[in-house]
Amino acid sequence: MWSLINVELYKIFRRPRTYIAFGAIAALIVVIQLGLKIDGNSYAAFLMKDINDTLTVDGKVLNGYLICYILLQLLLVHVPLLVALIAADMISGEANLGTLRLLFSTPYSRTHWVLAKFIAASVYTILLLIWLAFLALFVSMWVFGTDDLFLMKSNYVVLIQQNDVLWRYVGAFVFASFSLLTVTSLGFLMSSMANNSIGPIVGTMSAIVFFTILSTLNIPLFTVIKPYLFTTHMNNWKEFFDIKVNANNEAITGSVLNIPKIKTSLIVLSLHIILFVSASIIIIKKKDILS
Amino acid sequence: MNIKNYKKIVVVGGWFISSLIISLTTLAQTDPLIEKVAQKLALVNDYVAEGVMKTDVSFIKASLGKVKVYFKKPNLLKVKKEGGISLLPRGGVSLTINTLLNTKQYTTIAGGTQLLNGKNLTVIKLIPTDDNLDWVISTLWIDPIDALVYKTATTTKENGSYEITMQYGDYAKYGLASKIVFSFNTKDYKLPNGITLEFGDEDPAAKQKALKNKKGTIEITYNNYTINKGVPNTIF
Repeated sequence: MWSLINVELYKIFRRPRTYIAFGAIAALIVVIQLGLKIDGNSYAAFLMKDINDTLTVDGKVLNGYLICYILLQLLLVHVPLLVALIAADMISGEANLGTLRLLFSTPYSRTHWVLAKFIAASVYTILLLIWLAFLALFVSMWVFGTDDLFLMKSNYVVLIQQNDVLWRYVGAFVFASFSLLTVTSLGFLMSSMANNSIGPIVGTMSAIVFFTILSTLNIPLFTVIKPYLFTTHMNNWKEFFDIKVNANNEAITGSVLNIPKIKTSLIVLSLHIILFVSASIIIIKKKDILS
Repeated sequence: MNIKNYKKIVVVGGWFISSLIISLTTLAQTDPLIEKVAQKLALVNDYVAEGVMKTDVSFIKASLGKVKVYFKKPNLLKVKKEGGISLLPRGGVSLTINTLLNTKQYTTIAGGTQLLNGKNLTVIKLIPTDDNLDWVISTLWIDPIDALVYKTATTTKENGSYEITMQYGDYAKYGLASKIVFSFNTKDYKLPNGITLEFGDEDPAAKQKALKNKKGTIEITYNNYTINKGVPNTIF
């Protein structure tokens, strides 16, 4: 199995297409960081307009932790599209080239090959996420420094002490890995059903866009199905950055407001991964590779 | 109307105007109790106080933070949170009793007595005589025996109204509080979802309704004061 994974990883990282996602993420992050470095104070002033009417905020609001949060908000919506570029090509690409027959004629079972391909695609996804974390978090910390995380949400503000922030990012990135692996498995499922790459890639992207729109609309009809959509749960990494308060309205350091929500989302995402990969195995097992 | 009546009118009118001037002059004089408070505060040229700050604003979730408060005569005051972001009422934090009285640019009006937390306190209103000062009027609730100010309510020109209540402990002889609570009105807070990218929130309207129209408070509980040891101007 290990050798199969190595083979698949070799194939992934030999293709120039693989590095498009790494390059795109680097370019986006650097551009945003540069923009905020040059004109971040006016952006912060715009965000804090309502607060500044009542309070004076003293400290480094625009620090590395806040920059990382802004970057994750912007990028974790779009990274799934970059993941789809590789994951949705894993099987269909080989079917298109005709090499799938060669793979399945080896002594290894089809299940072994499917799992090896999925694990290799997952490694790519995780590496992409680590790259994102390195640039968004550590480079931002280096460029902008650190301080408390002053998080402006739609209806309230959360002020998290700087020694209470880093573990939240670890949690958020672990959570994000489940979100992206769900996209990987969806792309994989689409890939197992097609014999060319374009269809599964576009199909996966369309599914993400379609379900994301359904998840964000506050229409009662969609509210019923929203809890079952993986896109509803993908953005819940933000829950790591909301804290509990006690009866005196004092924030409790080290607390997370809604742990059950995070657990539910992880379970839903895990079930989607298992469902999509299992469906891929079943489809590939029945796939006619002779025609 | 004959000349006698004119004389009567002039005499009565003159008496009325002179009485009014005399009484206004009396009112505009500085109250002796305020002088007593000011004398106590005059013992302090500068201080550095360490304490714990609690922010209680309906739309803010913040934990307790250690702060250092720096003061230097006549009215320099700075609150600094140790290694972090601090939130303070806009303009209000600098209007402590020291900064109000040390300017000496005010007149006083007696406001009777009031019972506050079991203490019979003298109420005195301060009106600034300098138009350049930020505050318009300030009411002080003072213990006439200890010459300690237990509450102030100040209206400013640009930053609304503030109420400050004080408790005293070891440093009462200097007129320095062991706990200060700033109360102020907060405005509504709302950022569009398009900016925060928080789409699909369960019930934002209900959440927003619950957070409206609340009063904010900032409490500073002081652990110790370092008095008259010098504070560099660069801190402010």
